[in-house]
Amino acid sequence: MKAPLKAIINVYLKEGVLDPQGKAAHHALGSLGFDNVTDVRIGKQIVLELDATDREQAEKEIKEMTETLLANTVIEDYAIEIVG
Amino acid sequence: MKTLNVSILQFPGTNCEYDTVYAFKRLGHHTQIVWHKEESIPDHTDLVVVPGGFSYGDYLRSGSIARFSPVMKAVTEYANRGGYVLGICNGFQILTEAGLLPGALKRNNNLHFISKIQHLVVVNTNNAFLNRLTPGEVLRVPVAHADGNYFIDDAGLAELEKHGQILLRYSNAEGTPTALNGSVEQIAGICNRERNVFGLMPHPERAMESILGSDDGVRMLEGFAAALEGIPAA
Repeated sequence: MKAPLKAIINVYLKEGVLDPQGKAAHHALGSLGFDNVTDVRIGKQIVLELDATDREQAEKEIKEMTETLLANTVIEDYAIEIVG
Repeated sequence: MKTLNVSILQFPGTNCEYDTVYAFKRLGHHTQIVWHKEESIPDHTDLVVVPGGFSYGDYLRSGSIARFSPVMKAVTEYANRGGYVLGICNGFQILTEAGLLPGALKRNNNLHFISKIQHLVVVNTNNAFLNRLTPGEVLRVPVAHADGNYFIDDAGLAELEKHGQILLRYSNAEGTPTALNGSVEQIAGICNRERNVFGLMPHPERAMESILGSDDGVRMLEGFAAALEGIPAA
């Protein structure tokens, strides 16, 4: 039986790849007086909803979607969370 | 010089295709625009150009959607057969996303859209693209990009250097490499290891008339005809 499945994929620049947006936000937070911030990384969140019959198969497919299109693994890491 | 058949791709959001047509026509070549839904590229194509613009609105990442267009499958096969492919600006981004060129292009370090005439220093001329130029020569060519910050890891950079794949760097007027957008080693253009796929962020097709600021693009784009005709490097 097909059941709806929701996945949250967080994509962010790899450690060691400078994140200029994070750096700008970090600087702005400092200007606002939040001087205890040690790092800011800005990424993107992709929320996928799909029909799945097999959860394991769906997880495999989501990983494939992420590595093929949603993230560029040359510069980005990702984390997949299945939320229901 | 040999007259080339130049196939220029067009995606939704491409905006440099007609400048590219102008540039190659000015050099006496035949051009044709190829819509992204085409599943093949025209017979007798001597050079495929992936022009600049904002394919698919730069959604997700610049070039990430365009690279899955039907025509890109044909371009990949063409490149794998040894055909010449040149990606300019968004075209460079598409070629890296497609894996035809190493590395990736990310947001400029200063987060600005940088649009100006920029000095470039020629690094390598032993290729079908820049063979009319000499190493160390300084060019003036427009740049116009937000995501031109070339990234490659240390191992990849060592490979590029070892195989002479770095073609152009951003520089000052004297030819000393200088930072523009945060690119690793100030890289502005590269080729693949097989030396038939080329990518650069600057726009040679916008540097074809001295009255408009620079005609340094002429000698850049002349290289392909010279290479195909077997004329030795300048």
